[in-house]
Amino acid sequence: MTESTTRAPAARAPSARSARSAVAGRLSWPVAVVAGIALAVLVLPLAALVLRAPWADLPELLARESVLQALVLSFATASIATACCLVLGVPLAALVARAATWPTLPRRVLRAAVTVPLVLPPVVGGIAMLLLLGRRGPIGRLLEESFGVTVPFTTGAVVLAQVFVSLPFLVFAVEGALRSADRRTELAAATLGASRWQVFRFVTLPLVAPGVAAGAVLCFTRALGEFGATITFAGSLPGVTRTLPIASYLAMQSDPDEAIALALLLLAVSVVVLLGLRDRWLPGVRA
Amino acid sequence: MRRMARVVTAGTLVFATASMLTGCASGGGPAASSSATTDADAAPTTITVFAAASLTEAFDTLAAQFEAEHPNADVVLSYGGSAALAQQVLEGAPVDVFASAAESPMRTVGEAGLAVDPVVFATNTLELAVPAGNPAGVVGLDDLADPDLRIALCDPSVPCGAASEKLLAQEGVTAAPDTLESDVKAVLTKVSLGEVDAALVYRTDVQSAGDEVEGIEVPGAASVVNRYPIASLAEAADAETAADFVAFVTGAAGRRVLAEAGFGAP
Amino acid sequence: MTDAADRTDAAGPRPALHADVVVSRGDLDITAAFDVAPRHPLAVIGPNGAGKSSVLSAIAGLVPLESGRVRIGARTVDGLPPERRRIGLVFQDYVLFPHLTARDNIAFATRMRGGRAAARAAADPWLERYGLTSLAGRYPAELSGGQAQRVALARALAAEPEVLLLDEPMSALDVEVRAEMRTELATHVREFGGATVLVTHSPADAAALADSVLVLEAGRVTQRGTLDELRAAPATPYVERMLAASAD
Repeated sequence: MTESTTRAPAARAPSARSARSAVAGRLSWPVAVVAGIALAVLVLPLAALVLRAPWADLPELLARESVLQALVLSFATASIATACCLVLGVPLAALVARAATWPTLPRRVLRAAVTVPLVLPPVVGGIAMLLLLGRRGPIGRLLEESFGVTVPFTTGAVVLAQVFVSLPFLVFAVEGALRSADRRTELAAATLGASRWQVFRFVTLPLVAPGVAAGAVLCFTRALGEFGATITFAGSLPGVTRTLPIASYLAMQSDPDEAIALALLLLAVSVVVLLGLRDRWLPGVRA
Repeated sequence: MRRMARVVTAGTLVFATASMLTGCASGGGPAASSSATTDADAAPTTITVFAAASLTEAFDTLAAQFEAEHPNADVVLSYGGSAALAQQVLEGAPVDVFASAAESPMRTVGEAGLAVDPVVFATNTLELAVPAGNPAGVVGLDDLADPDLRIALCDPSVPCGAASEKLLAQEGVTAAPDTLESDVKAVLTKVSLGEVDAALVYRTDVQSAGDEVEGIEVPGAASVVNRYPIASLAEAADAETAADFVAFVTGAAGRRVLAEAGFGAP
Repeated sequence: MTDAADRTDAAGPRPALHADVVVSRGDLDITAAFDVAPRHPLAVIGPNGAGKSSVLSAIAGLVPLESGRVRIGARTVDGLPPERRRIGLVFQDYVLFPHLTARDNIAFATRMRGGRAAARAAADPWLERYGLTSLAGRYPAELSGGQAQRVALARALAAEPEVLLLDEPMSALDVEVRAEMRTELATHVREFGGATVLVTHSPADAAALADSVLVLEAGRVTQRGTLDELRAAPATPYVERMLAASAD
């Protein structure tokens, strides 16, 4: 008696159960399996890096001049590039936010222009910069003839390449923060006696700051990892233009242990930075 | 019944995803493992050749000639810095033939038991390269020490760079490079673009760049010789065709093409 | 009651508000002219879309005037930016500063004039008077509707404005809380004692908070007077309907 009563409901339940699962938020089998594979694709290579690293030799490897030079250079250029992105990016973000009121075509063109470095292969960006600022390029030639200034093969070129690829991150993060801020808070502040500068300092800036900070962090990590544009445009000279990614690429050919040490370094920096970001992963998404 | 269906679906998905990923990895085109039949001349076959960047033009020509003589064979060429290529071989890249610009990368591969009887098939020496018209008025190796000039060299970790180091030391010149590239073609490109005033590359590279680059002979370069070994690989999918290709390169046809390109005799 | 009277006398006689404005709101040009004496709040009543909030925004200086004049006492303010008009405005959904605590919101106006410590100290009596002391450290997101309304009002009044404008003060509150908050608001408005204009679509609000009523329909003033006067002789069908709906 009890047996039959328990069996019948089980036979009827499946479609109701899976519908309920979808609604209740539990994943169905196929989705869970594929998601697991996707996660493995992301995590396993990094796990392999950590597991196969020459841990015993790590102190010696990390103390090498080539490694330290690359580390210092990468951090210095990425920091300068982030600062440049802040100076250039915030006004540009204000422009892009304002463009919401423009007609469709100019607005789309502006957004596309800012998005290009995000979708362009970095090497292409490097080639383009070389063609513009290299010796035979229109601006490069002007700089050399009028000011005696050359850009390729200098640390400045590294910064420029990094700014090119990471500026969009900052612009979109700040633009998102600007657009989600309630403009009426600025009006309310005015009715309470705040001058334009006071409104900016006490209301606009604090409300936009988290978005700016998240954008700056993403900008920094992107700049740190930049390879293709740097090696094509700036070259590769230890202490001048050989950043961490370039050094690890080169080391891979002759001294894989050094390459792994450099790779671990980059991975550690990225993880620390992303943990610092906590909830603010995506530009424009506020916690 | 339903649970069984689910397991089958899950299994199919895993299999499909996995084969999709590995399919992406090994690239398109017929698999290298398609041959090893007794009737090698009839069955279509592909061999993958890793060659030093400096061999680009010569091996393009040689591969075309080989394919003309062996209609069923398809030669896939991949050029790069010899050290990088050697590393890829060690990591298990599916390669049939390896031709290196120096003996040490080949030795690395040989020590791993992967190279079958390497043989030196060509030699190369260095030459100073300047952009067409020699805008900076470079005259000799000593100019490489000039900090005001823009100099590109190969990084010492690659054969071209090791040779450059040796030559500079031999002639007592301390170079002031602005960039140390990871393969010789990258150096050559910077010269032909006019981005650098002078660079050290192989004679063969100067020749291959044609009008875009001018060469300046360096006295003493003849004593710094890069010996180019070639070998078929132990794990080659089609060992017979691989060996045929090696024989082709080291034979009369090969020697002719290499000499035309500016390589020295082995 | 005597307390409130004493406070007003100590501050001196309050100025009256004179508004004679033409405001454009895209689809509509709104014309309204009225005077508001201190201690006699005016309720601007009308259907949705009549332009009531636009009139308030124009008086506060948040939108430009097509033409007209706004005077507070002898001072002409229509050429001044909002920060110089000394007009307090309570928005319909309060628009508290999300990054500041309740105390810092209230202290904002004082902060604009001086140091942070002094501003915080100046906010304390307001917190006490409005029963917000225990909520002083809370952020706007952590406040209930009624609490937020109190903070918004305290913030506007702590700036010591000469004129107070309230935009639909009850509409953001739950219906159950409205009656209670209305009484409270009436007390605070009386304490303020200055010229006060409130915008509402509820005759109950007008009855509790204001002395007289201005009816605005489709950008035009259709009637002005006390609620009794309106009931006795409604000038338009809307006035009739509105009063009938509120009849208890």
